[in-house]
Amino acid sequence: MNAIPRTRFMALAAALAVSLAAGAASAQTVKVAVPTFLTGGGAPTYGVPAKNGVELVVRAINEGTLPAPYDSVGMAGRKVDLVVYDESGGGTKQVTELRNKVQKEGVDVVAGYISSGSCAAIARVAEELQVLTLLSICGTPRIFEELVKEPKYLFRIINHSTGGNVGAAHYVVRKLRGNVKDGYIGINQNYAWGQDAWRDFNLAMQTLSPEFKPARKQQFPKLFSGQYGTEISVLLRAKEKLVHSSFWGGDLEAFIAQGTARGLFERKTFVWPVGEITAHRLGKKFPNGQLARGPYGLYAEGIDTPLNKWFRSEFRKAYKQSPSSPAYHYADSILAAKYAYDTAMKANGGKFPSTDQVIKALEHATFDILAAKVKMSLGKGHQAVTSDRWGYAEWDDAKGEIVVRDVVEFKAECVNPPEGVNAAEWVKGGMKGAKCD
Amino acid sequence: MTWRRDKTLWGLTLGLAALLLLNFVVPDWFTNILTLSLARGSVALGLLVLWRCGLISFGHALYFGFGAYTVGLMSRYLGITDAFLTIACGVVTAGVLAYGLGFLLRQYRGIFFALLNMAFSMILYGVLAKLEELGSTDGISLEATTYLWYAPLGAENKTALFVFAAILTWGVAVLVHLYLRSTLGHMTTAVRENEIRLGYLGYSGERAVHAKYVISGLLGGFGGAVAALTIGHVDPDSMVYWPVSGDFVFIAILSGTGNVVAPFIGALMYELIRTYAFDQFPGIWQLIMGGTLLAIIMFLPNGLWSLVERRRSRGGPGSADRLQAREEEA
Repeated sequence: MNAIPRTRFMALAAALAVSLAAGAASAQTVKVAVPTFLTGGGAPTYGVPAKNGVELVVRAINEGTLPAPYDSVGMAGRKVDLVVYDESGGGTKQVTELRNKVQKEGVDVVAGYISSGSCAAIARVAEELQVLTLLSICGTPRIFEELVKEPKYLFRIINHSTGGNVGAAHYVVRKLRGNVKDGYIGINQNYAWGQDAWRDFNLAMQTLSPEFKPARKQQFPKLFSGQYGTEISVLLRAKEKLVHSSFWGGDLEAFIAQGTARGLFERKTFVWPVGEITAHRLGKKFPNGQLARGPYGLYAEGIDTPLNKWFRSEFRKAYKQSPSSPAYHYADSILAAKYAYDTAMKANGGKFPSTDQVIKALEHATFDILAAKVKMSLGKGHQAVTSDRWGYAEWDDAKGEIVVRDVVEFKAECVNPPEGVNAAEWVKGGMKGAKCD
Repeated sequence: MTWRRDKTLWGLTLGLAALLLLNFVVPDWFTNILTLSLARGSVALGLLVLWRCGLISFGHALYFGFGAYTVGLMSRYLGITDAFLTIACGVVTAGVLAYGLGFLLRQYRGIFFALLNMAFSMILYGVLAKLEELGSTDGISLEATTYLWYAPLGAENKTALFVFAAILTWGVAVLVHLYLRSTLGHMTTAVRENEIRLGYLGYSGERAVHAKYVISGLLGGFGGAVAALTIGHVDPDSMVYWPVSGDFVFIAILSGTGNVVAPFIGALMYELIRTYAFDQFPGIWQLIMGGTLLAIIMFLPNGLWSLVERRRSRGGPGSADRLQAREEEA
C-alpha cells in the first residue's frame, strides 16, 4: 500500500528530472525542426506529403546528391539533423512547442507551418526566441504587414495569398471572358482565409475588368461544415457562370462529391486557388475546371529545370506517387535554408557562419527553388515573391493522371504588391505598380 | 480549524515560495510550461468547485476564451497591455457572463448542465471564427505585456509574467480554499448528496449552484487572461473550441478534487506528459494522452491528489473514512 505510491512518486520525480535536463545543441550538425500536420484532418492532404518532400530533400542534402547549385554535402558543410513534429492543436500548443524546440532541444532552423493560424501565433515568438524561421505554406499577408513589421528571424519562401487570387483574376480576364460575361459568384469558407481570398479576387477583378459584375450575394458557409446542399442549389439557380472558391481539404472533396451528383460542374466554371491538392487526391473524379497556385505540384509538370526533374522522379520512386504542392513548398523552404547557409559560408571565408550571417545572406536574395526562382523582395527582404501559373486541369486517360492545359504564367511583379504597400490596400487601390508586360 | 493550523494554506504558501525559487534554476521553456500550468490549473480549480456539487462542465473554454479574448481585444483596439488591468477586465467580463448564464444553467444538473455549457462555448466559438473584427480563425496577436510602469522585453518579460501569475494564482487559490471552508462552501457537498433535503433546511440549492458557477466562471476568465499573456496570441481553435474544454476536464480528473492545490499539480503533469508524448511519439501523442487518462481512472480514481492523501493517512482502521472526511473538510 505504501510502496506503490512511493514508486509512483519516484517515477514522477524521475520524469521531472529528465524533463529539466535541457538537450544540448549538437555542435556538428544544423538542427532543423519541421512542424507539419501529422495527425488530424490536415495530415493526409497536407501534412504527410509535406513531410515526405522534406525527408527526400534532407536525405539528398546529407548525401550530396541534389543537382546544382545545391550539390554540396550538408548545409554550410554540416549534416542536417531533422526533427519533424506535429502542427495540430492550435496556436497555443504551437507556441509552447516552438519554445520547447528552441530552448530545450536547441534547434537552429524552423522550417514549416501549414495553417495561417499557426503562423500568426508563432510569428512574434520566433522573433523573441531569435530562431531562423522559414514559413512554408500559411498564406496570410498579415504576417509581415501587421504582426512583425521589422522582421529579422522570420521569412516566408512563397507568395502570400494575395498573389494566388490576383493571378486567378488575371487568368479569368485573359482566358475566360466568355464564361464571365454574366458576372461571377463566390463560395468561400467563413473564416480568415476564405474572407481574404474572396476580397482579393473580387477587388482584382474589379480593377482589371469593371464590366464584369460580382453576384449580389456571396456564399460563406461555415468552415468544415461538410454539407453544401443549400449552397449548391443557390449556385445552380444563379445566372453567373464563373464561381470563385477557395475551398480546400475535406470541405472541397465533400463539395465536389455533392456538386458532381447534381451536375454543378457541367454548368459552372470554377476557379480554385488551392484546388491542386484535391485534384491530386481525386484524380479522375476531379471535375475539369481550373485550379491553382504557382509553379508547384501539378503545375510544375513540364518545367524542365534539373532540380524539378530530379524532385519529380525521386519522389515518384520513393513514394509511388507524384508530388503535390505541399511537398514542393516544404522542400523549397529546406532549399532556402541550404542556400542561405552555403552563401553565408562563402561570404565568411569558408568558415561556418553565424545565424546573423545566414540571415543576411537570405535577405533580399534571389535563388532557385525546385521549379521557379524566388525573390525575397517584400517585407524588408523577408517575404518571397514567385511567378504564378494558371490553367485548365484535365484528366488524361493515356497518362493516367491529371494534366494542366492552356497554362499562363504571370510574373511575380504582376500579381504581388510592390515593397512597402499593404496587400489589401494595393488591391483596393487598383493594383498600382503591377508590372504585367 | 484555525488559520495557523491549516495545512493547505501552508502548502500553498510554501508552493509559491518554491515556484519563485524554481524560477532561477529551470530553463526558460520550463518557466513557460509552469506559467501555462498556473493558467490551466486555475480553470481546473473552477471545475473542482463545481465538481464538489456533483456538476461537471464540458464548456469551460467559454470562460477561458472570454478572459483570453478580453485581453486580446483590449490590446488590439485600446492598446492596453497592462497586466493588472487586462487580467482584471478578463476576470470581470467572464464573471458577468457566468452570472448571466447562471440564471439558466443553475436549473440543470448532470449531463444537461454539462452539455448546455458546451453549447454556449460553441456559440462563442462560432462568433469568434466568423467575425473578421474579432480576428477570425487567425486570432489576435498581443503586444508585449507591461506591468504598471515596468515594461520588460523578451525573456525578462516572461519571467516577470511568471512571478506575477504565480503570486496572483496563490491569492486566487487561497480565496477559493477559504470559500470552500466556509458554510457556503460546505454547501457544495450538500447539493451533491441531497439537494431536496438542503431545501428543507432552508437553503436554496439553485442559489448555491449559481454562486459556484460564477466562481468557476471568474476562475476560467482568470486562467484565460493569464494564458493569453503567456502565449501572446489568442485564437478560437486553441482557446474556445470544445477539445479545450475537454483538456480542462482531463486535468480535473488527473488531479482529483481533494484539495485546491491538486489542479495545479494536475495541470503541470498534463503539460509535461503532453510535451514528452509530443516529442517522443509525434504521430500518436493523442493516444498517449488518452492512455494516461484511462490509467488514472483505473488506478487512481480520485486523481493524483489521492497519492498525497494516502501518504497522510497510511494504515490504521477506518483510514478510508478519514480520507473521505478530510476531502470534505479541505
